[in-house]
Amino acid sequence: MTTIIRTPGLGRLAAVETRLFLREPLAVFFAIGLPAALLLILGSAIPGFRDPVPELGGLRVVDAQLPGMMVLLSVGTLALSTLPTALVVYRERGVLRRMSTTPVRPAALLAVQLAINAAVAVTATALTLALGHLVLDVPFPRAFLWFTVVVVLGAVAMFAIGLLLAAVSPNSRVVQGVGAAALFPLLFFAGMWLPRELMPDPLRRFSDFTPTGAFGQGLVDTLGGHAPSALHLGVMAGWALVAAAFAVRSFRWQ
Amino acid sequence: MAIITVENLHKTYGTHVAVDDVSFSVDEGEIFGIVGRNGAGKTTTVECVAGLRTPTSGRVTVDADLKQQVGVQLQDCTLPDKIRVGEALALYASFYSRPADWRALLEETGLDPRTAFAKLSGGQRQRLSIALALVGNPRIAILDELTTGLDPQARRDTWESIARMRERGVTVLLISHFMEEIERLCDRVLVVSAGRALAIDTPAGLVVRVSGGQRISFRTSASVDALKDLPDVTSVSRDGDEVVVTGTDDVLTAVVNTLPASQLSALRMERTTLDDAFLALTGHPAS
Repeated sequence: MTTIIRTPGLGRLAAVETRLFLREPLAVFFAIGLPAALLLILGSAIPGFRDPVPELGGLRVVDAQLPGMMVLLSVGTLALSTLPTALVVYRERGVLRRMSTTPVRPAALLAVQLAINAAVAVTATALTLALGHLVLDVPFPRAFLWFTVVVVLGAVAMFAIGLLLAAVSPNSRVVQGVGAAALFPLLFFAGMWLPRELMPDPLRRFSDFTPTGAFGQGLVDTLGGHAPSALHLGVMAGWALVAAAFAVRSFRWQ
Repeated sequence: MAIITVENLHKTYGTHVAVDDVSFSVDEGEIFGIVGRNGAGKTTTVECVAGLRTPTSGRVTVDADLKQQVGVQLQDCTLPDKIRVGEALALYASFYSRPADWRALLEETGLDPRTAFAKLSGGQRQRLSIALALVGNPRIAILDELTTGLDPQARRDTWESIARMRERGVTVLLISHFMEEIERLCDRVLVVSAGRALAIDTPAGLVVRVSGGQRISFRTSASVDALKDLPDVTSVSRDGDEVVVTGTDDVLTAVVNTLPASQLSALRMERTTLDDAFLALTGHPAS
């Protein structure tokens, strides 16, 4: 880690990679624009979303459920699609191999990509909170520290899964296909289309142990002012550790 | 003074022997070529020199810092589509402790610094690739199949870029299967076939060594097998009625004494080329 931080040209590498990220309008749209737009459109257009719901402890859907899902959508897209696709394309096209002939190790490029995607996830999260507050009158999370813990732990778990996906995918077509095929069921288990409160018991129990089920419930809990459950924190940490360990073992530079 | 020394290099992948006992040395400031057909072990050899692969056995000694002072251009290494020419050069320059002036290199490429990599033609990409291999101000440049897939004009432009490296005093290790390229650029050349080193010499030396410098071509429908046993003949190749024979200064006499003159037509004498030498050494054309 320290050798990566002391890499010569790391600042310029980060600046160039950031510009390259911003030159992909679709990546920016799916990571930042889509979640923010959905929050505003669904939050404004569906009247019931702005009425207190007894089953949600008197909270409105726009208070916790909707912004929680939008944060999850943003992190999930970045972790399972944007990051692994970028890394596999770099490997497939010999960008990592070319870099390995210079004093800069390709691990620095991986670290920079991870940092950029994490920064975009934080930006999307902050934007979701800010827009919700300004437009939909959503209070900022009262359990802010717990909210931060859940975002960080959930993002680490999701990015670890994304790195594992990049490590085992033979080419960019596979990584894109598998990433999309994994993202949709994972969003379903998080409660994107059917809130977890409304899931049948066995389904909700299963969802507790999925990375996105734990992450999504943690976001909804902390946005609603509660502490996350120990089970969900543990599930996220477990996925993070297992996926990261397998990713490190199977990653290939060429 | 040798800057690269390779002794008894072996490299195997599983049961496949890619490089089988190759030895050579490259002097400082030299342009050294490695020729051979696809799969002959050229790329594996230079990748061992560049430190990108570990030899199965044998020794590779490079009198330079592999990361800082060796610039490498590999096959099939591209850049991100949306990176611009100027950005790429400035970025790669920032990786090195004593980089070359990337703006001067940019000027030599003749490329617009604002062009995105995806919009460059094959020849333009190779010029950028050469500039990237030089941007660290290397003592050694390793160039793998630089001109494969380029049109003749782009190939000539690339040769000029390589010739300029000699003026900078950069030692160049060049892989190619274009004999014209080797003949034009290289001081010495290593011929490899099926992982083995067959010869090391100057391009002119190879031609003389293999053929004695004479090449004759003619048309005939008769059998030319008898020519192969003659002491003055080094190689015979036939394509339909077209026959090419190489050999010593007396090869012409040998041919006309063996085949009846009435069966020969369009008889010509030519200078032998490196292509002929390669054919005689390996038993196959280079490309």
